[in-house]
Amino acid sequence: MTIDWQAFTPWASLAGGALIGLAAAIFILLNGRIAGISGILGGVVNPQKGDIAWRVAFLAGMVVTPFLWLLFHSLPAIRIDADFPLLIVAGLLVGISTRYGAGCTSGHGVCGISRLSPRSLLATGAFMGSGFVTVFVIRHVLGV
Amino acid sequence: MNKTLLSSFLVGVIFGAGLLISGMANPAKVLGFLDLAGLWDPSLALVMGGAVAVGLVAFTFAGKRTLSLLGEPMRLPTRRDIDKPLVLGSLGFGVGWGLAGFCPGPALVALGAGEIKAVVFTVAMLAGMGIYELIERQRKKSAS
Repeated sequence: MTIDWQAFTPWASLAGGALIGLAAAIFILLNGRIAGISGILGGVVNPQKGDIAWRVAFLAGMVVTPFLWLLFHSLPAIRIDADFPLLIVAGLLVGISTRYGAGCTSGHGVCGISRLSPRSLLATGAFMGSGFVTVFVIRHVLGV
Repeated sequence: MNKTLLSSFLVGVIFGAGLLISGMANPAKVLGFLDLAGLWDPSLALVMGGAVAVGLVAFTFAGKRTLSLLGEPMRLPTRRDIDKPLVLGSLGFGVGWGLAGFCPGPALVALGAGEIKAVVFTVAMLAGMGIYELIERQRKKSAS
């Protein structure tokens, strides 16, 4: 294993992570809800009466963040190497799978692990594991 | 404006800012973390560490409450069973994550930053969630 020290951003990542944790903390303590993005999106795709407005408010907050950010600072780099067909396959897979798996990096990885939920510990191990394998296959077996 | 809606929106903004600061909103950085065999960028382990450190404290408090601070019911997940959809869904999510470097939250933030590729990914992800709803509706219909 070779560590990419030039790309390594320990303090920014730790601080950003703490902010994500703070968001999850405020949400459970004020609203009594889990900040799980795939679950919040799922409830918009399959809307139930009286259970939509808070989801839209949360998602709107996420989407406008870059606009608010730009009032103070230029945006950090966002580099997307995948081409359009790959993005469509990845998007479909993420959409279907996170609904079956009942969560993603936020619901399982942040909130679930913080709750020490056995389901979330297993889910996080599973998606990290298959993520590692997928990138290994793409970069080091197929050599794309 | 309703307090729970306002807090949902603000939590979305804080969450989004955490994703931008930490580097999670940059798919190239996410893939640098998932590429264990290449030049490895360990930053995202610290994102999760920072988030869970804050989350552990919050969810310990949350677990002792019956109502949230805004008087909402505490909707903490109660399931503890490990079932096939959880495992297969999480594995599938990891594959999709590794293909493009996007999970649901960062895709929304990158979409807000005006990245057309994030728009394509998000539309495909929502379509995937719609496919899940159709499959499950069909399954429930044929079961009853």
